[in-house]
Amino acid sequence: MSEKKKKHANPSLFNTMMTPHFCPGCHYGIIIRCLAEALEKTEAVGDTILVTGIGCSMVSAHYIKNLEGMVALHGRAPAVATGIKRSLGRDKIVMTMTGDGDLSSIGIAEIVAAANRFEKITSIFLNNSNFGTTGGQMAPTSLIGQVTPTSPEGRTADHGGFPIHMAELMAQFKGVVYSFRGTVHTHKNYNRTLKAIVTAIEKQREDAGLSFVEILAACPPGHHVKPKDGLDLVTDKLIPEFELGEFKNADRPV
Amino acid sequence: MSVERIISTGNDAIGHGAIAAGCKFFCGYPITPQNEIPAFFARELPKAGGIFVQTESEISSVNMLLGWNCTGQRGITSTSSPGFSLMQEGISVLHALQLPAVIVNVQRGGPGSGSISTAQTDYNFAVKSAGHGGMKSIVLAPWSVQECHDLVQLAYYLSEKYRIVAIVLSDATVGQGAELLEIKTIDFGELPNKTWALRTSGEKKGLRLIMDSYMPFNYTPYFSVIKKKFDKIEAEEVRFETRYLEDAELLVISWGSTARTCLEAIEEARSEGIKAGLFRPITLSPFPKEAMRAAAEKAKQVLVVEDNQGQMLYDVEWALAGSRPVSFVGIDKRDLPSGMGLLYPKPILEEMRRMMS
Repeated sequence: MSEKKKKHANPSLFNTMMTPHFCPGCHYGIIIRCLAEALEKTEAVGDTILVTGIGCSMVSAHYIKNLEGMVALHGRAPAVATGIKRSLGRDKIVMTMTGDGDLSSIGIAEIVAAANRFEKITSIFLNNSNFGTTGGQMAPTSLIGQVTPTSPEGRTADHGGFPIHMAELMAQFKGVVYSFRGTVHTHKNYNRTLKAIVTAIEKQREDAGLSFVEILAACPPGHHVKPKDGLDLVTDKLIPEFELGEFKNADRPV
Repeated sequence: MSVERIISTGNDAIGHGAIAAGCKFFCGYPITPQNEIPAFFARELPKAGGIFVQTESEISSVNMLLGWNCTGQRGITSTSSPGFSLMQEGISVLHALQLPAVIVNVQRGGPGSGSISTAQTDYNFAVKSAGHGGMKSIVLAPWSVQECHDLVQLAYYLSEKYRIVAIVLSDATVGQGAELLEIKTIDFGELPNKTWALRTSGEKKGLRLIMDSYMPFNYTPYFSVIKKKFDKIEAEEVRFETRYLEDAELLVISWGSTARTCLEAIEEARSEGIKAGLFRPITLSPFPKEAMRAAAEKAKQVLVVEDNQGQMLYDVEWALAGSRPVSFVGIDKRDLPSGMGLLYPKPILEEMRRMMS
């Protein structure tokens, strides 16, 4: 195998034998690959439990070899993860991976309370600015003007409020030690996001506090664009609304 | 085995029983009349090497307990009626995943905010419902402080034996009343190994498990397994208590704290020459149908007493299948119209006199 091919080979933990269930142009598969790579880099997979929620990301753990998992009900992953982490203790890594309809809508109480309780868990938040699984309905993250089945004339602030910025919100909590927003739509951004997930896992290993990684993702059917236009969707629509970067990288607050 | 005797409330007895059973985790949210339970665990669990977490809601409580329990350890949550409503979603998932769980509902009265005082208005809710999906939990109803302590331990045993949710259905009278309590670990027997627990693949030589309540492939088989499981529970795990049944012509059927009230009324009635006896289901689910029918066969008449508008009444009528006339004394016979009213022995005794005249 050439050096270049080796560099771009799938991480060995990524289960390429499983038939992908994602729509054409969806970024979730890349994000799961990114998580697999992070778990490989940190050698954490044998010590990790991944709690997913309801939505297109619910089967994420299935794609990663040797990863134990639990699928929580819609919004409840941070509460379930809290129970698991408190039981298994600081030697184990407990992560959640949930979508924006899950974490920023029905589960916002759970994630905010987990942050406020200073839970030592890692939350990976997939933001494609709509409820993908149920048919592209408006989410708290949907853009102003975004046409969805529940905002047929386009989201207006008076009708549905403004897009919620979770990474910035999470950075406000003393119990949150790491908050980042990235994408996987270019090589450069993929690598940044990979580094962020690795950092988030390391923060948990240090027992430092809650680490939060938001990842913007294209959902071509939800945004009514062709699969090949998913990359432009991230560049032209999502990034202008959701600023990329590291919002917090702190040591253990106490 | 060491036995400690103290004066305790029923709510504290729940805590003593759970810790005696090896419980290492409590999560819960404040709500009256169960507030003594989280306070007990916050104080006592750290001493026993356990963890206490105050949650942001009962929705979170039940899901946090789910997370703790899926690792194979013993935890507990408690609440009162409105909080029990919020827990239904999580209880449904616990059933779907066939995880053991012990949940305490110290009932308060009525729908909505209702009353913060004692009641038995959650019978149907606890017995007939486990959230969406039509599952049935094991439901245990203590009538004393001692039984709070004993039944929470039985709840652990049964919930792990069958991998099922066990509800301890208490109320403010039992929960906040104080009596003598013997604290001891009760040995119910061997339990199966928790091979199903999530412990990370590193602890299992690379084997991994993913718990998922979505059933795209095993939907019908799941219902078959559940039916078989509950049939076995109904055949083997029914528990009840009887008093003065030998010569009883009038059978009083009641549960929880109200059965204590009935016992007083029965003893008064017997002093007047009315041959009354008591049948008290301890397991409201599984319902002691056969034993109840056998007890009723010896009696001429049956009186159901509960501090609600008639909920177990329908299960009694179903169990007796019209073989005996059934009378009822319920919430409308309380002494006060406010939520602070109570069901005293007097209206029960009056109904017994009327029935036997």
